[in-house]
Amino acid sequence: MTLTDRTLTDRLTDFANPTRFLALTARVLPWLMAITAVLLAVGLYQSALAPDDYQQGSTVKIMFIHVPNAWLSMFVWGVMSLASLGTLVWRHPLADVAAKSAAPIGAAFTFLALVTGSLWGRPMWGTYWEWDARLTSVLILFLMYLGLIALWRAVEDPSRAARAAAILTLVGALNLPIIKFSVDWWNTLHQPASVMRMGGPTLDRAFLIPLLVMAIAFSFLFVTLHLAAMRNEILRRRVRTLQMLQAQMIQAAQPSGDTANAARGEAALKSTIGAA
Amino acid sequence: MALFLDLGPYTSFVLTSYLLAAAVVAILIGWIALDYRRQTRRLRELEERGVVRRSGRSATEIR
Repeated sequence: MTLTDRTLTDRLTDFANPTRFLALTARVLPWLMAITAVLLAVGLYQSALAPDDYQQGSTVKIMFIHVPNAWLSMFVWGVMSLASLGTLVWRHPLADVAAKSAAPIGAAFTFLALVTGSLWGRPMWGTYWEWDARLTSVLILFLMYLGLIALWRAVEDPSRAARAAAILTLVGALNLPIIKFSVDWWNTLHQPASVMRMGGPTLDRAFLIPLLVMAIAFSFLFVTLHLAAMRNEILRRRVRTLQMLQAQMIQAAQPSGDTANAARGEAALKSTIGAA
Repeated sequence: MALFLDLGPYTSFVLTSYLLAAAVVAILIGWIALDYRRQTRRLRELEERGVVRRSGRSATEIR
């Protein structure tokens, strides 16, 4: 192993330490919040100034929210997939924390992509919803986010939940290329890619610049919220550890031989209180 | 602001989209901020009852 290898490993190990991660988060979060607020303000100002499209009219402004949220809905699942690999392959201590914390944020972005798309579709397509390939595959993505959140809540032990959630996330990642290429593979109402495409964007600068600023702003928003949610998850696990420690302390304090009776008495008391 | 309000026949669709996005982002921020306060409060309560980490360091210590 070379000196560089050791340094890289040391750095990864440092980052894997939850206490050091919390310290890093405390330093970085205020800056991220400030950058996100400024970018969102600039993006909203540019969106307000953007001209109406000759076909879409003012509904083009919906695109400045819809497109960043649609991109992030897939990006967040990508982040969760990488974190799932970290859980299953490298057993990184923060990997499942990252995956679990990202799910509600990804669900919120996907919800916004669906609803803003629907609000754009009504005046432009004449319908709020159409069961075409792009819309349906994004709806499936949203349902998978909800399924993952339910799975995390259903299994009490975080390490057991992490493995099941990681497998489900990696299976769900198969939906990402389907979403991306659905507009090319099938005949859909949804227009094909107009920014990330071979030959460059087809959008005019008047629309492209506000769109990119809003996309960067929402990306910073995701990073900020994700780090804050990861910090909360680490603290939640500390609470759980201390509660288990407290239970052990109570058990150890019971007179020997009488523990089972004491536990039964405590359970009976709780059920009595619950019934009352 | 007048630019936002002068959206022609699609005002309701555009405004609803922006207001909904603002509401969802505000809910996310509020939920995460409240969750942080709840977890730190629970940790402090546990420490006040004498339950401490094996390392002896405070569980709320994040710096």
